[in-house]
Amino acid sequence: MGRKSLALYALAYILFLYLPVLLIPLFSFNDSAVVSFPIKSLTLQWYRNLLQETVLHDALGNSLKVGIVSALASTLLGMLAARALAGYRFPGRGAIASLIMLPLVLPEIIIGISLLIVLQQLGLSLSLFTVMLGHVLLCLPFAIIVLRSSFAGLDKNLEHAAQDLGETPLWVFLRVTLPLIFPGVLASLLITFTISFDEFLVAFFLAGTEPTLPVYIWSQLRFIARLPNILALGSLILLFSFLLLWMADLLRRHAEKRMQVTNQ
Amino acid sequence: MTAKQAPIIRICSVSKRYGDFRALDDVDLEVRRGEFFSLLGPSGCGKTSLLSCIAGLVEPSAGRIFIDEQDMTGVPANLRPSNMVFQNYAIFPHLNVFDNVGFGLRAKRLNKQEHGKRVRDTLAMVGLEGFGRRRPQELSGGQKQRVALARALVLRPKVLLLDEPLSALDKKLREQMQLELRRLQMQVGITFILVTHDQEEALTMSDRIAVMFEGRIAQLATPQEVYDRPVNLRVADFIGGMNFISAQLLDSTEDNLRLAIPAFGEVLLPRPENLPIAGRDITLGMRPEHMSLLLEANLPAERRVSAQVVNVAYYGDMTYYYMGVEGLPEPLVVTMRNTAGRPILRAGEGVDIGWSPSALRPLA
Repeated sequence: MGRKSLALYALAYILFLYLPVLLIPLFSFNDSAVVSFPIKSLTLQWYRNLLQETVLHDALGNSLKVGIVSALASTLLGMLAARALAGYRFPGRGAIASLIMLPLVLPEIIIGISLLIVLQQLGLSLSLFTVMLGHVLLCLPFAIIVLRSSFAGLDKNLEHAAQDLGETPLWVFLRVTLPLIFPGVLASLLITFTISFDEFLVAFFLAGTEPTLPVYIWSQLRFIARLPNILALGSLILLFSFLLLWMADLLRRHAEKRMQVTNQ
Repeated sequence: MTAKQAPIIRICSVSKRYGDFRALDDVDLEVRRGEFFSLLGPSGCGKTSLLSCIAGLVEPSAGRIFIDEQDMTGVPANLRPSNMVFQNYAIFPHLNVFDNVGFGLRAKRLNKQEHGKRVRDTLAMVGLEGFGRRRPQELSGGQKQRVALARALVLRPKVLLLDEPLSALDKKLREQMQLELRRLQMQVGITFILVTHDQEEALTMSDRIAVMFEGRIAQLATPQEVYDRPVNLRVADFIGGMNFISAQLLDSTEDNLRLAIPAFGEVLLPRPENLPIAGRDITLGMRPEHMSLLLEANLPAERRVSAQVVNVAYYGDMTYYYMGVEGLPEPLVVTMRNTAGRPILRAGEGVDIGWSPSALRPLA
């Protein structure tokens, strides 16, 4: 293949990935309620509308609550699991490692339905709390992936040294382990928050009467007149998610660099 | 027994098993107060396991360890009066030099001034005055080594454990640090236990050496004793260069052995203690520097044997000659100091080797 055709292929690749997504911000500035070309004139009307939607604000609040709690819980649980998987050999280690990662490949609709059944059997009523439970389950594999690489890069002798210098296991963790894996912890928090914040299916099944932002968006799609508002909202979410993931990646790189210094 | 004579470390029948593998096999050992003690052996001989057991980072499968007469069984590493210098130094990468060295002082609850003074004093002791604000990433290998030392010494441990501390340094720096470690040890008067696979390092620095193979101590003695009177073939082979010569036992009494050596003739040697004698085959060891090539007429020799140069390795200060001797299957290694004016022989030249029976040591 020539250089030219390779370049064309690369361009098509990028367009395929980003064109649909880029259409959303584009039409969010369109001064017409109908989503079609050509765009006649630009407006910020749809963004201004968002400020008046109190149901939207509640949904945003719900999503933030769910996102923050899910991120904290899955990162904490992920830290414990990643520590065990990276640092110790024990019977069933391989099986446990794969079982924890399984939700990664399970269809979300299956997870959503089965969680709904389990919760109803337990007699728990649907609420933001049940959404949080579902999201922790979804986020956990991602937290573990990020944190395992942090722990794998951690020199165990550093913890041994801290213990040898007189620190109890808790203080070893606080004074040595945590500072060294901290970039990984932050990255995990950002990634899991983003996942929870954007997640629709499980939230749709488990949210009850308090919708999260994606559930709210879905409910609005029934009214064609609302579409431009949703495009504006979608653009903001897009920007926000992109910023979070970019920060997470920066942190991950920073962490890798730091570990290299440790291991030389 | 006075307090001064009581051993600082007593290891009683300590074993450590990993599955079927015996890292330590019923080890007994006493380390004297204030000595520089080395655990020497090839990798996998159990020396690092033993050190980790003393430090409390590894719990023995059986046996007891006493530090300063205190039973350490079940005492975690953070409560033991020992500190360790790790093989890769294990400097905390997120802390500067000052905080690395001061790390262990948190538990001592010193006030800020005392804390600072103690860290600075210790940094000065290892030659790192004014390095407090440096990041670990800015330090050379030798400087990291000093930080690791200071970090352990600042706690004034009863025992300092060193796990191959010099193996990452280049030759020149390693030799310099050997001297410095020894000086430091004398200065602080703390018992040092060094783990190393480098026999030269152990010989240079130690008061006593325990040579280990396969989880057991093969010989425990001073460097000179270990070098001059190795207890068996393995110790002899591991430490320094050694020629092995097979001989036939003609006659033995309680004190003496009469042996016939191919090419060398008959010799009468004092019988070493604990020499296992099974059959008539005896292996003798002879150090390369305990023989000489009779290059000049005036070199003294008790006995001589004719030989031919097979190979020559020139080291500047020394020359290693590989000498073919008729009747011996392997060439003998003979080292000669290169004094001014002394010629270097080439392969193929014939010359007599001067030797004396006192340089021969029956090993097995």
